[in-house]
Amino acid sequence: MAQRVLEQMKSLEATRTAGGNGPRAPAGNGGGSGWSREEAAPAATVRVGLWFLLTAVTMLFIAFTVAYAARRTAPDWAPIALPPILWVNTGLLGASSATLEWARRRGRRGDAAGVRGGLTVTTLFGAAFLVGQIAAWRELAAAGVFMATSPHSAFFHLLTAVHGLHLLGGLGALGYALRRTAAPAPAGPVLGGEDLTSAVLGSVAIYWHFLTVLWLYVFFIIWS
Amino acid sequence: MAHVAHAEAQAGHELSFWRKYIFSQDHKVIGIQYALTSMFMAVLGGLLAMFIRLQLGWPGQSWPLLGRLFPSGMPDGQMNQAFYLASVTMHGTIMIFFVLTTLLTGGFGNFLIPLMIGARDMAFPFLNMLSYWLYPPAIIILLASFFVSGGAAGGGWTAYPPLSALPGAAPGSGLGQTLWLISLALLILAFLFGSLNYITTILQLRARGLSMMRLPLTIWGLFVTAILSLLAFPVLLAAAIMLLFDRIGGTSFFVPAGLLIGSVPVDHRGGNPLLWQHLFWFLGHPEVYVLILPPMGMISDILANNARKPIFGYRFMVGSIVAIAFLSFLVWGHHMYTSGMAPVLGTAFMTTTLVIAVPSAIKTFNWLATLWRAKIRFTSAMLFALGFLSLFVTGGLTGIVLAQPPVDIYFQDTFFVVAHFHFVMASAAIFASFAGTYYWFPKMFGRMMNERLGKWHFWLTFVGIYATFFPMHYAGFMGMMRRIYSPQIYAHLQGLQPLNVFVSIAAFVLFAAQFIFLYNFFRSLFRGPQAERNPWRATTLEWEAPSPPPHLNWGETLPTVQRWAYDYSPPDMAEDFQPQAAPAAVPTGRSREGRGDGGHAR
Amino acid sequence: MPTNDTTSGTRRSAALLGIALALLIVAAVVTTLAARSRWWLPPLASAQGRSIDQLFIATFGIISVAFVLVHGLLALFVWLYRDRGQRASYWHENRALELTYTIIPAIVMTGLTLSAAGLWSRIHSAPPPQALVVEVRGEQFGWKARYPGPDGKFGRIDPRHYSARENPWALDPADPAAQDDLVLDISTTGELHLVVDRPVEVRIRAKDVLHSFFIPAFRVKQDAVPGMVTSIWFTPTQTGPYEIACAELCGPLHYIMRGKVVVQTQEEYDAWLAQTRS
Repeated sequence: MAQRVLEQMKSLEATRTAGGNGPRAPAGNGGGSGWSREEAAPAATVRVGLWFLLTAVTMLFIAFTVAYAARRTAPDWAPIALPPILWVNTGLLGASSATLEWARRRGRRGDAAGVRGGLTVTTLFGAAFLVGQIAAWRELAAAGVFMATSPHSAFFHLLTAVHGLHLLGGLGALGYALRRTAAPAPAGPVLGGEDLTSAVLGSVAIYWHFLTVLWLYVFFIIWS
Repeated sequence: MAHVAHAEAQAGHELSFWRKYIFSQDHKVIGIQYALTSMFMAVLGGLLAMFIRLQLGWPGQSWPLLGRLFPSGMPDGQMNQAFYLASVTMHGTIMIFFVLTTLLTGGFGNFLIPLMIGARDMAFPFLNMLSYWLYPPAIIILLASFFVSGGAAGGGWTAYPPLSALPGAAPGSGLGQTLWLISLALLILAFLFGSLNYITTILQLRARGLSMMRLPLTIWGLFVTAILSLLAFPVLLAAAIMLLFDRIGGTSFFVPAGLLIGSVPVDHRGGNPLLWQHLFWFLGHPEVYVLILPPMGMISDILANNARKPIFGYRFMVGSIVAIAFLSFLVWGHHMYTSGMAPVLGTAFMTTTLVIAVPSAIKTFNWLATLWRAKIRFTSAMLFALGFLSLFVTGGLTGIVLAQPPVDIYFQDTFFVVAHFHFVMASAAIFASFAGTYYWFPKMFGRMMNERLGKWHFWLTFVGIYATFFPMHYAGFMGMMRRIYSPQIYAHLQGLQPLNVFVSIAAFVLFAAQFIFLYNFFRSLFRGPQAERNPWRATTLEWEAPSPPPHLNWGETLPTVQRWAYDYSPPDMAEDFQPQAAPAAVPTGRSREGRGDGGHAR
Repeated sequence: MPTNDTTSGTRRSAALLGIALALLIVAAVVTTLAARSRWWLPPLASAQGRSIDQLFIATFGIISVAFVLVHGLLALFVWLYRDRGQRASYWHENRALELTYTIIPAIVMTGLTLSAAGLWSRIHSAPPPQALVVEVRGEQFGWKARYPGPDGKFGRIDPRHYSARENPWALDPADPAAQDDLVLDISTTGELHLVVDRPVEVRIRAKDVLHSFFIPAFRVKQDAVPGMVTSIWFTPTQTGPYEIACAELCGPLHYIMRGKVVVQTQEEYDAWLAQTRS
């Protein structure tokens, strides 16, 4: 399976050499169509799509935070006390980004076990972050602060919930990366210097780091 | 021919019926799925418009037969107010989101993008399939809302809170409104997945030699539209999520403190209804251009093809598409001149809005210049393209009236606005869709549509549209408000009734005429004469593929582009067109196998 | 196949379309002229309305010229350049021509922007000091109005004191300024009374959902937004009764949300006010 994907990616990479206008070289086995929709899209194309996805997510959060900024300036604004566990969660998410980077570095050295270990730890940190966010909600609820209690609490619940949903998607992506990198990586660089592991990890890392930065942004505006 | 079949068999993996036609990842199948589903929704949306016109033409009249069909909406045959408002709301929602957006981007976009740029499929075929399969559930949820207690949403397609936020405020503000929001959120996800695909595909998978400035304008329209959608729809999604929170979670994003529904105090505090309007129109105005930029592109291509002449001012055309798209993010406030927004913003939004008139004028005159000294063929597609030009101008010009806040004070929320957007956005986009269907049907299904029926369809529709929507301007002059169940109690609207009766009858004829199209469409699907590879003798890449194109579109080799998309009637060539992929100029033009006379690779 | 259309087919289509477009111009002009007598803006009765109508007529003139120009050219071109076996010209760029139809609309739009901006800022300028001040409130499904008492002050509002019969404006009984406020139902039993040639500032509230305060004869429209007080000022110039409509969808009975306004001389107004207060 990985072998087939790899071949596809190799052949597709050849098409990318002319800056998007290149001809599609026939696949290695010759005589085929050279491209089949059943196969994964080449890494560079995935990256382009990914950046546009992040643009859309950014627009979503811009909309929320513009509304938040407008609401905050009203005279009846009353901030709620946010639970300190959020600092722990922030640390967890930051750590998950760090371990993901570590996994990528192992991957570049061809250390498949290191990649799997790094990805597993990243996933665990990510899951712990989500559990921590739920704990923060429960802490607020125990203090009598619910979603509808005040505008500040409404925005807090809204932003953390929507961020959490995106993070859930990120966990799915990590799981996908774990599965894709489970097979022993073929030796030697392909895809113009990028092997399969780093191609997959690279895309997942962009999304995951984006979520970390997004959380820092959300945390900053909701706390300040 | 043999190698094509070979590639087919190899790549197709003998797909099962389900994988081939239902859960297909082939952009052509997905495009056709989108188009057929949109057609179904268009009939539904049109039917709702007939209910609106029935009520406005003959308010208070009883229709016993309809009463038996719709016992809850029309008890004793008389339409009740909630059902009327649900029809108004659903007509708008369905036509804008579930018909035009899905048809233009999901239908034409999916089918045409890979073919016109010489790709085998979209960049992310699985995502593409997912995009389509969010659409039917959204429809089911939307239609289910007609059958819940209180009926479907009745707050207008703009769903302004607090009416849409407070379940007690109106019958349609109950479960119906919640379902409306959920359905819309699903459809927004479908649009976002689609847009991601279109942008990436156009950026990454263009054929060799196809630079951005060689793209046909159809692709430019779809490309810029996808960017608009990607930036605007998340904002509507944000607003929809917040409104759902207000409705279900008891938060107060849009509902201020101290409201009373009847005598019942509302338990919300500290929201702002104008916030919704800002968020909604930040999407809403770009959405208008989502519906008009792909038509502008399609019309440009159809016009050039049938005029046998290059599109005039290609660079200005591209520039004005980009300019219109950019400006569309700066004009949302022109929907809010009377909303209580700070007046100084009104001046700012007026300025940006009137600036849009300039690129629109450029496009109009470039189309006219394309016709000058042309050699016009009056195919059904061309007639609809010319009709588009007329409708776009008529509707666009009244926009200049509405753009000026002092004048808009009077016309805001009157039938003048209804007339305006039905010309410029609704009818124009529908005309472009018809033009596109007549034009690309041979490529989609490998058969020709009937031209005689197409012409009848055009004439009845063109006259029907003007007869239906032009008089609405006068209702607007009189000050007839939108979304009213009956104008009869107002002194200033006395004497209006004959006009409304005329409009209603015209609307019925217009609706009926569309069945000519449906008949032609489905009959041609099975009985139409076989289409050649390039029946219109067009230059663009999709006509290099067989009709219909096989799985993965191209044979062993992909087309290589030599020139721009508009080489019609080039000098010193016998032929009056030179395809984009034809090898560099051959003076006699007849040497290339298979050009213009079909039969290749079928 | 369409490219094999006989010349007569092309000729017929071209003629039909050319004639249809020409007829469209004629029909638009004729029906507009006919509409002026029956289906036109209601007779004008306010000072600002004059400028609004002038701006509208000027704009209408401009767009009519553009409408006739484009449709005329379209009709001409489809007839002249129908397929008669000629070869189309390979003419697709002319910078001067394109700049012309970029610059001319730009100039026209600049002119419209400037004149509309001036009028808009006058409409939304501060109301003159001698202006009458009234409040109106939209609610499902009617309008209410409030005049201040002899103290000239509007009393405080507190929704907790709402009572449909006794205290429909939810006035706070603890506020002395609220004691003498005059609250009228201007949809059923009463009317909004205004003074001819005297500016009036209307402050607009909403009790439940959005409404829009629309007086067609005055060319006045302003949304009633829950949680906000919006305001608009204008000067009625003709005595007589006029219509108030709701122009924002507010629920199933939106269409009956009608109010009444009466413009009187100062003496009549004073007499009405004294009588109503007592």
